[in-house]
Amino acid sequence: MLLRRLSDWPASRWASPFEELERMQGQMDRLTGGLSRGFFGEPAAGVFPLMNVTEDNDNFYVRAELPGLKPDELNISVTGDTLSLSGERKIPAEDEKAQYHRREREAGKFSRIVTLPSQVDTGKVEARCKDGILTITLPKAETAKPKQITIKAS
Amino acid sequence: MADTESKALKAKEKAEVTTPAEQTRPGVVFTPAVDIFETDKEITLLADMPGVKADSLNLDLHENVLSLDGDVQSPEGGDERDVFREYRTGKYYRQFTLSQMIDQSKIEAAMKDGVLRLRLPKVEAATPRKIAVKAS
Repeated sequence: MLLRRLSDWPASRWASPFEELERMQGQMDRLTGGLSRGFFGEPAAGVFPLMNVTEDNDNFYVRAELPGLKPDELNISVTGDTLSLSGERKIPAEDEKAQYHRREREAGKFSRIVTLPSQVDTGKVEARCKDGILTITLPKAETAKPKQITIKAS
Repeated sequence: MADTESKALKAKEKAEVTTPAEQTRPGVVFTPAVDIFETDKEITLLADMPGVKADSLNLDLHENVLSLDGDVQSPEGGDERDVFREYRTGKYYRQFTLSQMIDQSKIEAAMKDGVLRLRLPKVEAATPRKIAVKAS
Protein backbone atom coordinates (compact mmCIF):
# COMPACT_ATOMS: atom_id res chain seq x y z
CA MET A 1 0.00 0.00 0.00
CA LEU A 2 2.81 2.34 0.90
CA LEU A 3 4.48 1.75 -2.43
CA ARG A 4 1.34 2.63 -4.22
CA ARG A 5 1.09 5.88 -2.33
CA LEU A 6 4.66 6.77 -3.11
CA SER A 7 4.27 6.23 -6.81
CA ASP A 8 1.24 8.47 -6.81
CA TRP A 9 3.30 11.26 -5.41
CA PRO A 10 3.46 13.95 -8.07
CA ALA A 11 7.20 13.87 -8.42
CA SER A 12 7.64 16.74 -10.83
CA ARG A 13 6.28 19.42 -8.55
CA TRP A 14 6.99 17.83 -5.18
CA ALA A 15 10.55 16.63 -5.27
CA SER A 16 10.59 16.72 -1.50
CA PRO A 17 7.88 17.58 0.99
CA PHE A 18 10.17 20.27 2.39
CA GLU A 19 10.42 22.03 -0.92
CA GLU A 20 6.89 23.25 -0.68
CA LEU A 21 7.48 24.40 2.87
CA GLU A 22 10.62 26.22 1.89
CA ARG A 23 8.83 27.90 -0.95
CA MET A 24 6.09 29.04 1.42
CA GLN A 25 8.69 30.25 3.88
CA GLY A 26 10.32 32.27 1.14
CA GLN A 27 7.04 33.89 0.23
CA MET A 28 6.25 34.61 3.85
CA ASP A 29 9.64 36.24 4.31
CA ARG A 30 9.12 38.49 1.36
CA LEU A 31 5.74 39.51 2.68
CA THR A 32 6.91 40.22 6.21
CA GLY A 33 10.43 41.52 6.12
CA GLY A 34 11.38 41.25 2.52
CA LEU A 35 14.44 39.23 3.39
CA SER A 36 14.98 35.53 3.58
CA ARG A 37 15.79 33.75 6.76
CA GLY A 38 16.56 30.19 5.76
CA PHE A 39 14.32 27.55 7.18
CA PHE A 40 16.02 24.22 6.66
CA GLY A 41 19.31 25.76 5.68
CA GLU A 42 20.35 26.41 2.14
CA PRO A 43 21.63 23.60 -0.03
CA ALA A 44 25.34 24.24 -0.24
CA ALA A 45 26.49 23.94 -3.80
CA GLY A 46 30.09 24.52 -2.81
CA VAL A 47 30.75 26.37 -6.06
CA PHE A 48 31.41 30.08 -6.19
CA PRO A 49 29.35 32.18 -6.61
CA LEU A 50 26.39 31.10 -4.54
CA MET A 51 23.18 31.74 -6.45
CA ASN A 52 19.55 32.36 -5.76
CA VAL A 53 17.22 31.38 -8.56
CA THR A 54 13.62 32.50 -8.66
CA GLU A 55 10.92 32.46 -11.32
CA ASP A 56 7.67 34.13 -12.20
CA ASN A 57 5.34 33.24 -15.07
CA ASP A 58 7.58 34.74 -17.74
CA ASN A 59 11.14 34.74 -16.47
CA PHE A 60 13.79 33.05 -14.41
CA TYR A 61 15.93 35.32 -12.27
CA VAL A 62 19.41 34.25 -11.28
CA ARG A 63 21.14 36.35 -8.64
CA ALA A 64 24.63 36.24 -7.22
CA GLU A 65 26.54 38.49 -4.88
CA LEU A 66 29.69 39.66 -6.59
CA PRO A 67 30.88 42.80 -4.81
CA GLY A 68 33.42 44.87 -6.67
CA LEU A 69 33.14 43.01 -9.95
CA LYS A 70 33.01 45.02 -13.12
CA PRO A 71 30.83 43.89 -16.02
CA ASP A 72 33.86 43.19 -18.23
CA GLU A 73 35.27 40.77 -15.66
CA LEU A 74 32.28 38.48 -16.12
CA ASN A 75 31.44 35.98 -18.82
CA ILE A 76 27.87 34.84 -19.10
CA SER A 77 26.57 32.43 -21.70
CA VAL A 78 23.30 30.60 -22.14
CA THR A 79 22.41 27.56 -24.20
CA GLY A 80 18.97 25.95 -24.04
CA ASP A 81 18.43 25.53 -20.31
CA THR A 82 22.02 25.92 -19.14
CA LEU A 83 23.58 29.08 -17.82
CA SER A 84 27.29 29.37 -17.39
CA LEU A 85 28.97 32.12 -15.48
CA SER A 86 32.66 32.63 -15.13
CA GLY A 87 35.02 35.41 -14.29
CA GLU A 88 37.75 36.59 -12.05
CA ARG A 89 37.57 38.75 -9.02
CA LYS A 90 40.55 41.03 -8.79
CA ILE A 91 41.54 42.99 -5.75
CA PRO A 92 43.96 45.67 -6.90
CA ALA A 93 47.19 45.95 -4.98
CA GLU A 94 47.35 48.87 -2.60
CA ASP A 95 50.21 51.10 -1.59
CA GLU A 96 53.42 49.17 -1.18
CA LYS A 97 53.96 50.63 2.26
CA ALA A 98 50.54 49.50 3.45
CA GLN A 99 50.59 47.15 6.39
CA TYR A 100 47.66 44.82 6.62
CA HIS A 101 45.70 44.30 9.81
CA ARG A 102 43.04 42.16 8.23
CA ARG A 103 42.67 40.49 4.89
CA GLU A 104 39.39 38.69 4.58
CA ARG A 105 38.27 39.62 1.08
CA GLU A 106 39.32 37.06 -1.45
CA ALA A 107 40.32 37.31 -5.06
CA GLY A 108 40.37 34.55 -7.63
CA LYS A 109 38.79 32.88 -10.60
CA PHE A 110 35.44 31.23 -10.68
CA SER A 111 33.27 29.35 -13.08
CA ARG A 112 29.90 27.81 -12.58
CA ILE A 113 27.19 26.13 -14.63
CA VAL A 114 23.57 25.89 -13.54
CA THR A 115 20.75 24.03 -15.19
CA LEU A 116 17.42 25.80 -15.17
CA PRO A 117 14.15 23.91 -14.83
CA SER A 118 13.13 24.67 -18.42
CA GLN A 119 14.32 26.09 -21.71
CA VAL A 120 14.89 29.83 -21.99
CA ASP A 121 14.74 32.31 -24.83
CA THR A 122 18.49 32.75 -25.24
CA GLY A 123 18.12 35.82 -27.44
CA LYS A 124 16.46 37.91 -24.76
CA VAL A 125 18.61 37.18 -21.73
CA GLU A 126 19.65 40.29 -19.83
CA ALA A 127 22.24 40.72 -17.13
CA ARG A 128 22.62 43.64 -14.79
CA CYS A 129 25.15 44.39 -12.08
CA LYS A 130 24.04 46.76 -9.37
CA ASP A 131 25.48 47.39 -5.91
CA GLY A 132 27.52 44.23 -6.23
CA ILE A 133 24.57 42.01 -7.05
CA LEU A 134 24.40 40.39 -10.43
CA THR A 135 20.88 39.76 -11.70
CA ILE A 136 20.37 37.70 -14.84
CA THR A 137 16.86 37.75 -16.27
CA LEU A 138 16.14 34.78 -18.49
CA PRO A 139 12.79 34.85 -20.31
CA LYS A 140 11.22 31.40 -20.48
CA ALA A 141 10.87 29.88 -23.92
CA GLU A 142 7.34 30.10 -25.31
CA THR A 143 6.90 26.35 -24.96
CA ALA A 144 7.79 26.45 -21.28
CA LYS A 145 5.42 29.25 -20.33
CA PRO A 146 2.19 28.40 -18.58
CA LYS A 147 -0.78 28.85 -20.85
CA GLN A 148 -4.11 30.16 -19.78
CA ILE A 149 -6.80 27.93 -21.21
CA THR A 150 -10.22 29.35 -21.68
CA ILE A 151 -13.13 27.00 -21.38
CA LYS A 152 -15.51 27.29 -24.26
CA ALA A 153 -19.15 27.28 -23.52
CA SER A 154 -20.67 24.37 -25.39
CA MET B 1 49.88 38.85 -5.55
CA ALA B 2 50.79 36.53 -8.44
CA ASP B 3 49.60 33.40 -6.70
CA THR B 4 46.25 34.84 -5.69
CA GLU B 5 45.35 35.62 -9.27
CA SER B 6 45.27 32.02 -10.40
CA LYS B 7 43.56 30.79 -7.28
CA ALA B 8 40.01 29.52 -7.65
CA LEU B 9 37.42 31.15 -5.43
CA LYS B 10 35.60 28.91 -3.01
CA ALA B 11 32.00 29.38 -2.09
CA LYS B 12 31.62 30.58 1.47
CA GLU B 13 28.52 30.98 3.45
CA LYS B 14 28.05 34.45 4.85
CA ALA B 15 29.02 34.78 8.49
CA GLU B 16 26.10 35.61 10.69
CA VAL B 17 26.51 38.08 13.53
CA THR B 18 26.18 36.52 16.94
CA THR B 19 25.55 39.10 19.61
CA PRO B 20 24.14 38.61 23.06
CA ALA B 21 21.69 41.43 22.43
CA GLU B 22 18.78 40.58 20.20
CA GLN B 23 17.82 42.63 17.22
CA THR B 24 14.61 44.57 17.45
CA ARG B 25 13.90 43.95 13.80
CA PRO B 26 13.47 40.45 12.39
CA GLY B 27 15.92 39.10 9.88
CA VAL B 28 19.50 37.94 9.83
CA VAL B 29 22.54 40.14 10.21
CA PHE B 30 25.84 39.32 8.53
CA THR B 31 29.43 40.25 9.15
CA PRO B 32 30.97 41.80 6.05
CA ALA B 33 34.42 40.59 4.96
CA VAL B 34 36.93 43.41 5.34
CA ASP B 35 40.46 44.37 4.43
CA ILE B 36 42.12 46.84 6.75
CA PHE B 37 45.50 48.30 6.08
CA GLU B 38 47.50 51.13 7.45
CA THR B 39 49.99 53.56 6.07
CA ASP B 40 51.82 56.35 7.89
CA LYS B 41 49.02 58.80 7.25
CA GLU B 42 45.84 56.80 7.28
CA ILE B 43 43.96 53.61 7.89
CA THR B 44 41.91 52.26 5.00
CA LEU B 45 39.05 49.85 5.38
CA LEU B 46 37.46 47.95 2.51
CA ALA B 47 34.27 46.02 3.17
CA ASP B 48 32.23 43.78 0.90
CA MET B 49 28.60 44.70 1.38
CA PRO B 50 26.70 43.57 -1.70
CA GLY B 51 23.24 45.06 -2.00
CA VAL B 52 23.94 48.05 0.22
CA LYS B 53 23.30 51.40 -1.40
CA ALA B 54 25.26 54.49 -0.40
CA ASP B 55 22.25 56.06 1.29
CA SER B 56 21.35 52.98 3.32
CA LEU B 57 24.79 52.72 4.89
CA ASN B 58 25.43 54.17 8.33
CA LEU B 59 28.94 54.80 9.52
CA ASP B 60 29.60 55.94 13.01
CA LEU B 61 32.77 56.69 14.89
CA HIS B 62 32.25 57.23 18.56
CA GLU B 63 34.92 57.04 21.23
CA ASN B 64 37.26 55.08 18.98
CA VAL B 65 34.58 52.54 18.07
CA LEU B 66 33.77 52.45 14.40
CA SER B 67 30.44 50.90 13.41
CA LEU B 68 29.40 49.85 9.95
CA ASP B 69 25.71 49.31 9.48
CA GLY B 70 24.28 48.57 6.05
CA ASP B 71 20.67 47.90 5.19
CA VAL B 72 19.73 45.66 2.30
CA GLN B 73 16.48 45.73 0.38
CA SER B 74 15.19 42.48 -1.03
CA PRO B 75 16.12 42.36 -4.71
CA GLU B 76 13.25 40.05 -5.57
CA GLY B 77 9.97 41.16 -7.02
CA GLY B 78 6.78 40.33 -5.18
CA ASP B 79 5.50 37.56 -7.43
CA GLU B 80 8.74 35.63 -7.78
CA ARG B 81 8.84 32.06 -6.52
CA ASP B 82 12.00 30.34 -5.34
CA VAL B 83 13.55 27.71 -7.56
CA PHE B 84 16.52 27.30 -5.30
CA ARG B 85 18.23 29.42 -2.71
CA GLU B 86 21.87 29.15 -1.74
CA TYR B 87 22.56 32.38 0.02
CA ARG B 88 20.57 34.48 2.38
CA THR B 89 20.14 38.20 2.39
CA GLY B 90 20.10 40.50 5.37
CA LYS B 91 21.71 43.57 6.73
CA TYR B 92 25.39 43.95 7.54
CA TYR B 93 26.86 45.03 10.82
CA ARG B 94 30.36 45.19 12.21
CA GLN B 95 32.27 47.16 14.80
CA PHE B 96 35.96 47.90 15.18
CA THR B 97 37.93 49.52 17.94
CA LEU B 98 40.50 51.88 16.52
CA SER B 99 43.68 52.21 18.48
CA GLN B 100 44.86 55.37 16.81
CA MET B 101 43.44 58.84 16.89
CA ILE B 102 41.46 59.50 13.75
CA ASP B 103 40.83 62.94 12.34
CA GLN B 104 37.05 62.81 12.22
CA SER B 105 36.70 65.80 9.93
CA LYS B 106 38.72 64.15 7.16
CA ILE B 107 37.04 60.75 7.01
CA GLU B 108 36.04 59.81 3.49
CA ALA B 109 33.71 57.00 2.53
CA ALA B 110 32.78 55.75 -0.91
CA MET B 111 30.44 52.95 -1.87
CA LYS B 112 31.00 51.38 -5.25
CA ASP B 113 29.57 48.14 -6.65
CA GLY B 114 28.85 46.86 -3.18
CA VAL B 115 32.32 47.59 -1.81
CA LEU B 116 32.82 50.24 0.85
CA ARG B 117 36.09 52.11 0.89
CA LEU B 118 36.66 54.08 4.05
CA ARG B 119 39.65 56.35 4.54
CA LEU B 120 40.44 57.19 8.13
CA PRO B 121 43.24 59.77 8.26
CA LYS B 122 45.24 59.84 11.44
CA VAL B 123 45.53 63.09 13.36
CA GLU B 124 48.78 64.92 12.80
CA ALA B 125 50.13 64.08 16.26
CA ALA B 126 49.72 60.37 15.62
CA THR B 127 51.66 60.25 12.37
CA PRO B 128 55.15 59.02 13.10
CA ARG B 129 57.99 61.43 12.54
CA LYS B 130 61.38 60.28 11.62
CA ILE B 131 63.90 61.31 14.20
CA ALA B 132 67.29 61.85 12.83
CA VAL B 133 70.06 60.67 15.08
CA LYS B 134 72.99 62.97 14.98
CA ALA B 135 76.39 61.56 15.18
CA SER B 136 78.18 63.15 18.07
